[in-house]
Amino acid sequence: MTATLVTVRRSGARRRRIPVIAIVGLAVLAAACLAALLAPWLAPYPPDVPAGAGSQPPSLEHPLGTTTQGFDVLSQLLYGARTSLGVGLAVAGITTVMGLAIGVIAAYRGGWTDSVLSLLTNVFLVLPGLPLIVVLAAFLPPGPSTIILVLSITGWAFGARLFRSQALSLRTREFVAAAETAGMGRLRVMGTQIVPNMASIIAAFVVNQVVFAITAEASLEFLGLGDPTTISWGTMLFWAQTGSALLLGNWWEFVFPGLAIALTASMLTFVNYAVDETSSPRLQARELVHRFLGTGTRSSSLITPVRRTDASS
Amino acid sequence: MLLLLRRLGFYAIALLIAIAVNFFVPRLAPGDPASALVAKLGTGADQASLESLRTAYGLTDDPLGVQFLQYLGNLATGDFGLSISRFPSPVTEVISGSLGWTVLLGSVALIIAYLLGSTLGIVAAWYRGSWFDRTVPPVLIFIGSFPYFFLALLLVYVFAVGLGWFPIGQAYSMPPEWSWEFVGDVLWHMTLPVTTVVLVTAGTWTLNMRNAMMSVTSEDYLALAEAKGLSVRAVVFRHGARNALLPSVTLLGGMIGAVVGGQVMVEIVFSYPGVGMILMNAVSAHDYPLIQTLFLIITVTVLAANFIVDIVYVLLDPRTREVTA
Repeated sequence: MTATLVTVRRSGARRRRIPVIAIVGLAVLAAACLAALLAPWLAPYPPDVPAGAGSQPPSLEHPLGTTTQGFDVLSQLLYGARTSLGVGLAVAGITTVMGLAIGVIAAYRGGWTDSVLSLLTNVFLVLPGLPLIVVLAAFLPPGPSTIILVLSITGWAFGARLFRSQALSLRTREFVAAAETAGMGRLRVMGTQIVPNMASIIAAFVVNQVVFAITAEASLEFLGLGDPTTISWGTMLFWAQTGSALLLGNWWEFVFPGLAIALTASMLTFVNYAVDETSSPRLQARELVHRFLGTGTRSSSLITPVRRTDASS
Repeated sequence: MLLLLRRLGFYAIALLIAIAVNFFVPRLAPGDPASALVAKLGTGADQASLESLRTAYGLTDDPLGVQFLQYLGNLATGDFGLSISRFPSPVTEVISGSLGWTVLLGSVALIIAYLLGSTLGIVAAWYRGSWFDRTVPPVLIFIGSFPYFFLALLLVYVFAVGLGWFPIGQAYSMPPEWSWEFVGDVLWHMTLPVTTVVLVTAGTWTLNMRNAMMSVTSEDYLALAEAKGLSVRAVVFRHGARNALLPSVTLLGGMIGAVVGGQVMVEIVFSYPGVGMILMNAVSAHDYPLIQTLFLIITVTVLAANFIVDIVYVLLDPRTREVTA
């Protein structure tokens, strides 16, 4: 036995194997992003010009079939990934910044600032999301930028609450007090002392938000609130529904875009459960996924300061 | 009681903000929103519908503050304006029939998902590490990340179009009457929509209950209950689950809003005659007064449901009563 004991200094310095499912999930996402970027070269047909007869099942000529209007499903899927993933990433970025700003400022400033911001956060959490999104989207010109705007307005509240509670516990730590004593300004304390220490929870939130945004975008477009001439996974489903693809038995017209959304969303969810290193309530879910897939460590490494490693690793 | 009063105040503020959103969003557009909308509608919109839009938005020449108060007054007296797509029926008339279907579908789905999900969570926590615990919760998480409407489309395709076991849509297929036959017909039409909502949401309950049970299983009183020789069922359900229930009641409040949004999508796929279906029609017909009223009605329903959850919470947890006394 050539086992050695390694003392772990900081929680962030723990060495752990990245769970297989996280790698698979990230690979699926990377493939989707790559497909979106390379769509002009990968797509066999232009996505907005009918490429053949309508309602054709998958064949060599059309690997994923054609829509009722004769568009090539594979080409639309590839081009649609651009809109769907783009909107997802944009919304995730914007809502995370908004949630961080509101949550951290509320926690750090305290007092009436906290009361007002928390009230606003809780109101947005209790209002039914989709109907609110529909009301906002109905009055704006349809299109991806409207969807980004509307989902950003409605999607930040959960993050604000999450980040506020996290920042509240960080605010009382010694290093924050030290920075304040050293004369650091409020904004700098928040930016350099509090936010960087929330990195893992922020990362988990971003992943969550991408899932939220991709699903919500698809829902809006499926409702007919998107721009039907934009090609995205959501508008593909919208056209499938309006063209009665279900009743015609054209399963390929809705199964492929739907699967693209569902797989992206579920893979990201698994990534989140798998790499979430914080001791959030999701911890147990993470363990669960690990055991389901037989991956990851089952040791309670969160509380053991010392762990055994092989000399070879 | 103080706690409940404070919650009531919070919901009042939330409702006021929702009303303010409804009031100001159309006014953000440049010019007179009513004329702009009528221009958008093109033909079929006449002076009468212009007037109805003005009523719906409380558009007068008064200052904004006065307009808002008038708008509040209109809402308080139940005057939500007239529907454009079904002119000249009042929007409340268009909506009234649908709310019942939505509440029926929503509450049945929520209760089944809650009971089923929580039971699965209890079993998973009790037999921790068994094959059941290793497969059921992760599979539910996987299905739970599907968009509602995609799962609904799949179920329609397989079980309604393909196998023909269930109807493709609608809430009933025979003339409504008070008979067991009609009740059966309604249940038969409800099966697929309810299954969709249950499948998507059950995982959340399972995980939540499983986590709550895990923290309870190490408690001394469970060891005592087992040592007393009580049956496994009595230990798990009467002593364990009862104490693990509280966190899931909290979650119930948060879930209601999410389930309503998802259910709107499910109703559209199944042409279920609830508010989701009306919302879809309102969107495609650019019927703005109808969209806005639907938003307010759904909001009030969700807030009321949340308040009921708060009351249940106070009844279940004596600690909240002590603190506020």
